[in-house]
Amino acid sequence: MTATIPVPADSSPPPVDGVSITVDGVPMTVPKGTMIIRAAEQIGVEVPRFCDHPLLDPVAACRMCLVEIEGQGKPQPACAVAASEGMSVKTQRTSEMAELAQRGVMEFLLINHPLDCPVCDKGGECPLQNQAMEHGRSESRFDLEKRHFDKPINLSAQILLDRERCVSCARCTRFSEQIAGDPLIELFERGSKQQVGIAEDRPFDSYFSGNTVQVCPVGALTSSQYRFRSRPFDLVSVPTVCEHCSSGCGLRTDVRRSTVLRRLAWDTPEVNEEWNCDKGRFAFAHAATPEFDTPLVRGDDGILHAATWPEALERVAEGLADARGRSAVLTGGRLTLEDSLAYSKFARAVLGTDDVDFRARPHSTEEADFLASVVAGSGLGVTYDQLENAPVVVLAGLDPEEESPIVFLRLRKAARKRQLPIASIAAWATPGLGKMFGTLLPTAPGAEGEALSALARGGDTLGSDGRRIAALLNEPGAVILVGERLATCTGALSAAAALAHTTGARLAWIPRRAGERGAVEAGLLPGLLPGGRSLADAQSRAEVAAAWGVSVDDLPTKVGREVDAIVEAARAGAYNALVVAGVDPFDTRRPDDVIAALEAVPFLVSIEVRPSAVTEFADVVLPVSTITQRAGTFVDWEGRTRVFGQVFRTSLALTDARVLAMIADELDRPVGRQDVAGMRKEAAALAPSGSGRREVPSVAASSVSASSGQAVVSTWHHLLDEGTLQRGDDDLAATARTAVARVSAATARAAGLTDFVTLSTDAGSLDLPVVVTDMPDGVVWLPTNSHNSNVRRVLGVDHGAIVSLASGGGA
Amino acid sequence: MGELPQVVRGFGTTFVTMFKHVNTEQYPEAKDKFPPKPRFHGRHQLNRHPDGLEKCVGCELCAWACPADAIYVEGADNNDIARFSPGERYGRVYQINYLRCIFCGLCIEACPTRALTMTHDFELADNGREKLIFEKADLLAPMLPGMLKPPHAMAPGTTAKDYYEGTVRGATPEQIADAEAQANPEPVVIEGVVFLDSEVTQ
Ligand code: SF4
Ligand code: SF4
Ligand code: SF4
Ligand code: SF4
Ligand code: FES
Repeated sequence: MTATIPVPADSSPPPVDGVSITVDGVPMTVPKGTMIIRAAEQIGVEVPRFCDHPLLDPVAACRMCLVEIEGQGKPQPACAVAASEGMSVKTQRTSEMAELAQRGVMEFLLINHPLDCPVCDKGGECPLQNQAMEHGRSESRFDLEKRHFDKPINLSAQILLDRERCVSCARCTRFSEQIAGDPLIELFERGSKQQVGIAEDRPFDSYFSGNTVQVCPVGALTSSQYRFRSRPFDLVSVPTVCEHCSSGCGLRTDVRRSTVLRRLAWDTPEVNEEWNCDKGRFAFAHAATPEFDTPLVRGDDGILHAATWPEALERVAEGLADARGRSAVLTGGRLTLEDSLAYSKFARAVLGTDDVDFRARPHSTEEADFLASVVAGSGLGVTYDQLENAPVVVLAGLDPEEESPIVFLRLRKAARKRQLPIASIAAWATPGLGKMFGTLLPTAPGAEGEALSALARGGDTLGSDGRRIAALLNEPGAVILVGERLATCTGALSAAAALAHTTGARLAWIPRRAGERGAVEAGLLPGLLPGGRSLADAQSRAEVAAAWGVSVDDLPTKVGREVDAIVEAARAGAYNALVVAGVDPFDTRRPDDVIAALEAVPFLVSIEVRPSAVTEFADVVLPVSTITQRAGTFVDWEGRTRVFGQVFRTSLALTDARVLAMIADELDRPVGRQDVAGMRKEAAALAPSGSGRREVPSVAASSVSASSGQAVVSTWHHLLDEGTLQRGDDDLAATARTAVARVSAATARAAGLTDFVTLSTDAGSLDLPVVVTDMPDGVVWLPTNSHNSNVRRVLGVDHGAIVSLASGGGA
Repeated sequence: MGELPQVVRGFGTTFVTMFKHVNTEQYPEAKDKFPPKPRFHGRHQLNRHPDGLEKCVGCELCAWACPADAIYVEGADNNDIARFSPGERYGRVYQINYLRCIFCGLCIEACPTRALTMTHDFELADNGREKLIFEKADLLAPMLPGMLKPPHAMAPGTTAKDYYEGTVRGATPEQIADAEAQANPEPVVIEGVVFLDSEVTQ
């Protein structure tokens, strides 16, 4: 396995104080503060446990892990007693007292357990079943009536609770409170009535609720999605990587008879630890929805007809024959690194064009320069670990809870465990920021650049909070995280780069989509070649041509256009052909223009998984494999390569790279076979060499202001919204946050808003409930693509645009 | 005594045998004469509770126990719209592949609800492989008097436990009324558009 991104040498951890103990007579030295249960694991002794979880604070709630500690009269919980110097511990293996205590606890636990394993989802993978076999009696002595509860009850649309099965271990409640920061579930009552519950009017709508199902040591928590659908022995598990965002979560995909039934968080300490978000866990129906069976070719009747591959390829070759230098390639965020590299090569070497861009979303030239100079080819940059240990983290134009949930979990962990100061440059203090105990540096949309510059000047205009954060930024290891929407704030990315330069802080870009960082590494931007090389640089061109096995003269020399310019040019008839892959026109800033461009271009090739808005205009549709049918690599925001395997290994569906290779063959410009292994070799050959780095942009910040009756839009996506990849998961969608419009009290008063607001532009209008929020005046916030709130699709604008406000009638 | 020709000696054997006791049974003409022994392992059956609800809870324990991997089960949620068994869970898909089954009976031993038993039916030959994969509909026990075809509600005021303890003896008038209502859904009117009940809830 190869990777484009070099991994830096491990910094060895600082030495820690050790204590010497013996466990079952085996002497060992463990770091101070190590719990006995962890120490025992080191010599392969497994003390039975339910409530213990290495990533949760100990509570000693279940008492299953009792062991004997020499000198103490009573057995002690191994999960909550830290090793101390000279301690001698005897587990169930050497101590009769411990053995007996554990058997006793197991018997008590089973008294009220319904033992309805046949109808329980956990059956077959249940710690209670397993440990009862090992540490319990074979026959019950309890013949009285057990406790009864109604079962199951919905904690949310997605999570169901069976209180009879609960062993009150508090893993779920501790997870929600400590890790996710959504204390929506709680243990109530005492004794045999003890139960997990929610407040009546507040369902368990946490973005991380699925993790509780995974950590519950019994079948008390189940997901509506997986309930009763399978048993562990039916499942084939494949380690995969999540395709939903750039966090890069390692997942386990469980398949039964060619159907994905569930996904779990895979233990990946350096990335997602043992957690993931509900989108990654539950939103996989998209990969199962019907795809294209065969290529489609538009006939003389104007209708798409099923065609064979040779027919379709021939048609593509005809259409592209006179398109060399007069064509463009638009790709979206779904591509793997391998596919991105293939498009990069196809555009340059086969189509001879540099009009190639992956940013099917609002973007700017400044952003392209920023990505090319700061991000591309920078390798493994800021890591999760460094986030956790930073002296300060500044978020600019990024709400991690909504846009990169694992970053949020890491930041919350650090804020909780070691008071990591976090500051957010945004319009309002989101719930996520609250859960990270962060500070808001209130900033109107468009003014982000100015705020970043102010931090570089010591936080002069930002009040005492700003000055405190600015001072911390000078400490070694400080981190600035910039989000996708900074692309829409003129000067902001330049200011972020300048701030990093002045303070020495490290800078990382966190895109929303899983494929974006890989696309940057692959050079899917005008003027950018793989590995951060520049098209304008002769040495870069030579290196890339050599790796691609083409002549340097085959590569274009003129720096190409960006998405918006490509769209304009297509409408003006500058192209003979357009190749589009993974683009949803409704994700772009002006969907109507994109659709007009698709209509205008003489020859349109759509390389897609399933029908999309592009299909309607395509002359040829070439089907490619879904995420479960292919192997590949995503590059997460850190720059870490996240390699994943093929879930359905017998699938014959082709990857984008293979399809492009076939087209290239048909055009008599062969580029090789381009299978996954080949593309990985190519990626290794294109590893950054440092040649041709572009200049860091320095665009002056400008700001927008709204006149009366208007407001500046501040917007970003909710984690759960109407995204293409979340279609078909209704229970998940039911846990999404409701779309509201947020304005300050003064803005609401000025516009006469009461309950509802109507936001309008030339393109359309949205009606949303108003929530008065502490935020800058003259600004309105709303989610980008939620139910009833499709900013780009309906209003045709994005972050930083001006809209009219009027009191609305309600929907 | 002179030697008889061999052919005559051969006919002699035939002749003597004609008066011996015959062990051969005529099949299928006389198959009822010797029914299988009580514990014979024949084709499986998925039993019903006395009110017609299915006993199978879709737990897959039978599939787990099967040494020949002959059984395929998929469970699903009972809900208020469609209930097939008492309790939360029922077997939505149930298949036994009789090309694989060795009639060992381990599956019926594993079944926690006595849903799965074996009948005396041994006539399991057919002329196509797919015909020997029996589906749930082929395996379900016939409806006896007092039973009501699922989906229908549980007997009022009962829990799954009452079913297992045998207190439910047959379909109650309430269940019959409920089943009738499900079979002939009342049209539901929403904003002037008429839907059938089943369409609204789907
Ligand atoms: S529901 Fe599960 S995780 Fe939560 S307390 Fe009960 S047993 Fe523990
Ligand atoms: S955090 Fe991102 S990568 Fe992880 S599971 Fe969620 S969507 Fe997938
Ligand atoms: S009788 Fe034996 S082989 Fe046949 S289905 Fe049952 S367990 Fe499997
Ligand atoms: S037949 Fe019995 S063992 Fe098999 S799934 Fe149904 S209830 Fe479980
Ligand atoms: S695991 Fe130690 S008390 Fe629960």
